[in-house]
Parts: sequence; C-alpha cells; structure tokens
Amino acid sequence: MRAALTHLGAVVTAGIWRLGYGARFFGYLLMHSGTAFRRFRLTVREIYFAGVLSLIIILVSGLFVGMVLGLQGYDTLQRYGSSEALGVLVALSLVRELGPVVAGLLFASRAGSAITAEIGLMKATEQLSAMEMMAVDPIARVVAPRFWGGVLSMPLLAALFSAMGIFGGYLVGVVLIGVDEGAFWSQMQAAVDVRNDILNGVIKSVVFGVAVTLIAVFEGYDAAPTAEGVSRATTRTVVMSSLAILALDFVLTALMFTGGN
Amino acid sequence: MSSKISALPPSTSSPVAATAIAQIEDLTFAYGRQPVLHGINVEIPRGKVVAVMGQSGCGKTTLLRVIAAALMPTRGRARVLGQLTSDLDRDALYALRRRMGMLYQFGALFTDMSVFDNVAFQMREHTDLPEDAIRDLVLLKLEAVGLRGAAPLLPTALSGGMARRVALARAIALDPELILYDEPFTGLDPIALGVIARLVRQLNDTLGATSIIVTHDVAETLPLVDYVYFMADGRVVAQGTPDEVRRSGVPFVEQFVSGATDGPVPFHYPAAGYPADLGLAGAA
Repeated sequence: MRAALTHLGAVVTAGIWRLGYGARFFGYLLMHSGTAFRRFRLTVREIYFAGVLSLIIILVSGLFVGMVLGLQGYDTLQRYGSSEALGVLVALSLVRELGPVVAGLLFASRAGSAITAEIGLMKATEQLSAMEMMAVDPIARVVAPRFWGGVLSMPLLAALFSAMGIFGGYLVGVVLIGVDEGAFWSQMQAAVDVRNDILNGVIKSVVFGVAVTLIAVFEGYDAAPTAEGVSRATTRTVVMSSLAILALDFVLTALMFTGGN
Repeated sequence: MSSKISALPPSTSSPVAATAIAQIEDLTFAYGRQPVLHGINVEIPRGKVVAVMGQSGCGKTTLLRVIAAALMPTRGRARVLGQLTSDLDRDALYALRRRMGMLYQFGALFTDMSVFDNVAFQMREHTDLPEDAIRDLVLLKLEAVGLRGAAPLLPTALSGGMARRVALARAIALDPELILYDEPFTGLDPIALGVIARLVRQLNDTLGATSIIVTHDVAETLPLVDYVYFMADGRVVAQGTPDEVRRSGVPFVEQFVSGATDGPVPFHYPAAGYPADLGLAGAA
C-alpha cells in the first residue's frame, strides 16, 4: 500500500514537473521565435514539409468525409422533406467541427509525428548538441521554424479539408443523388455565417495547430536520445495531440456555440 | 577496481600554466547524485595537441564537455580561453564557443544539408560574408580534408571516415583557437584512421590552434600528441609526454597501453564465488 502510494506520488510529481518544463519550453520558444520570422525562408521550408506534404491525405480524407456526410445527411433529411438543406448540413458540419478536428487529427498523425521524429533523431545523433557547440541556439534555429510552420499550416489545411468536404457532399448530393443544385448552394450561402461559423472554425484550427505543433516539438526536443526514446516520443505525440484536440474542441465548442448560436 | 589504480604525481615536464589555453582546477562533477569526476586538475598548453585517455566510462568525455562549457563544474573551476565558464551568461557562452570547434564521435553532421552546407553553416550563421566568399572558404576547408569533390553530396552518401573528415572541416570552419575531439578514431578503418590522425596534427599546426583529443585508441594517439592525461574512475592517474607515460610504471597505464586483459582493471566484473553461483558450494 505504502509502495503504491509512493509510486503514485512519484508519477504525479513527475507529471507536474514535466508540465512546468513544457510551459518553460513554450515561453523560451516564444521568446526565441525571432529567427523564424527574420529568416522566413526557414519557416517556409517547414510549411512545405508540414503543410504541403500533408495535402494529399488532407484532401483525400476531406473528399471522403464530405461524401459520407452527403450520403448520411440525405438519408436523414429526405425523411422530413428537407433534402435541399443538405448543403447547409454538410457545410456547417465541416466548417464548425469536422474540418478543424479531423484535419487536426490527420495533421498530428502525419506532420506532428514527423516533426517529433526528426527533432528526436537530431538529438540522438548529437546534431542539436553540435549546433549548440557552434553557438547556434537549436530552439531558435530548429524548433521555432518548425513550430511556426505547423501553426501557419494547420488553418490552411483545415480550410482545404472543409472545401474538399463540401465538394464531396456536392458530388454525392447533387451529381449522384440529384438534389437541386441551386437549393444546395443558396441555402448554404444563407445559413453559414462568416463570424459565427467560419471564423470560429478558423480559431479552432489555429488553437489545434498550436497544441499539436507544440506537443510535437516538445516531445522531440525532450526525447531520450535513443531509438526507443524517439519511438516513444513519436507515439506520445500522436496520443497526446489527439487527446488535446478532442478536449480543446469540447472547450472551444462550449465557449463558441452555446447561447443560441 | 579504483583501489587498485594508483595515481602518479604530475610529470616534471607538465604543461606551463602561463600559456595554458584551458585550466581545470580541483574539478568535481556529478550527474545529479552520481559523481563522475573527482578533484581533476588539468592544464592544456596553447598550441599543443593533448590527449585525455582512459577506459569507456572513466569520465573523459564528461571532462571534455566541461571544457566545452556544455557542463558546469559541481565544484572547482574551469577556465577556458581566459574565462571562467561558470561566470558566463548565454551570450558570453556563445561568444566563447565561436572560438572553439568540436568534432563529435560520429560526426553529428546535419543530415538534411549537403556537405557544402554543413561546412558553410557557421559562416552563414555568424558572419555577413557574401555567398561567393563563403563558397571559396568552404572549398578551402574541404580541400584541407581532401573532400572538395564531395561538396554536393548528402551526409548519408558518405562513408564513416569521410563523414568524420567533413565534420572536421566544419569544426575548423571559423578557424577556432581550441579544437575538441570526442573519440575521433572510433569505428574507422585503418586508412581512414590514419588520415584523421594526420589531419588532427596538421590542422592544429597549420591553424596555430590547440587540440584536445578524448580517446582510448593508444596506438594512433601516442605518436600524435604532445602530452597525455590518463584517467580512471573519474580521476587523473597519470600524465606526461607520450614517452614519459610509456615509462611511467603505473600498472593501470601499462595495462592500458599493452591492452592486457587482466591487471588493475580486472577481467571479471565483481561477483559472488563461482562455485556458489553454480550451486556447488555444498559439494566443495
């Protein structure tokens, strides 16, 4: 019993210590982010690796999610004679929720894990130590561009995911099933609000981008410098990022869409 | 093990403190509660090639990291290039490191950059030189290690020896005053090993630098260096010129130099009696 309590205490203390270390890391990262903007080509390179190379999975997933929404939405709406509202259902589902959340989950799996593995391997092969010995701060030179590259990529990927999803819904609803095209687009245009729906969706995707990329760079930087350490860090990135996205989504949704919106 | 290794007083030809580029005084270092170095005193004379030798785990790489100001002394002082490392803030530390170069055990080349970009890295980070001048300087450094033709290659396309030479070119990119080598000969074939050994001496003398080599490679190191410190269990147990340490008579040094399997460093890890472990104690 005593041993179990001691173990529990050690786990809790270690967790709090790590949280504090992560917060200090984030503060240091923000303070040393100047390089990422002064030499913006470093950040552009990371936007390419985190964003452009994630496009295929984001676009294909968006298309399929939109097509499924089209099928499921039509099946339900046509029972109430409201199949023309399919465009509204697809667009609001994607812009408010599925776009930021699913794109965030895919971004964590595709780009977050890659960022962790890359930084972790740089640490394991002493590249970060070598940089430090060359009087170059690895957080400013390696971590900050990857962090900002991820943060800037995520809202763009979420927007593209939603756009592809709406196109998928259109393909299934209008082209395949035969819902009226004019009603599909005009009801969507009338019902989707720029501030309440689109802006809130963008805010969500920015928050998810910060969370996923921060977890990814921190786990990589804090990884044990061994093959097993990098492997564990990569797994932790995907798990922690996914949980963070879902928890943050609940909090943000509660803040944004309650009170009659 | 430590009780069997007796320490030798400093050599009569010990390096001269007045021209020392690095001085370690009464250094004690611990990783958390795990002590690694105990009461180390080391002087590195300017312009010389000095080796720190000893078994794996004896603390020699830790000592190198203290000299590089990557680790701070738990007790004692480390004065490097005229500055006490424990007094330095981040900017002063980075200013100090710009005067040093370090070669890591396996090169630690940036794998996402070409050989050319690896060598150019510090020049681009720390100078405002135009790209034409950087190109000329990089080719000069690569020519010095015989790899000018490998400039466009990625590190993954290099052999172990070539990667080590590129790392050496990168370490001397800004003409450092102090060059630190962490196990530079590990894992190299005899030809690559000879090339690196020759380059270490040649570059030190050409650049007018000072070199510290941490290694356990006796055959390649002793003919190359001006002075040697032998370490065991976190302590300096012998020091002197290569000839002096060969004749020192210190049992640990003799075992280390000759590569004998048993001696002050025993072949067997401490264990209970062999018959007892085999369950034969009663029968005996």
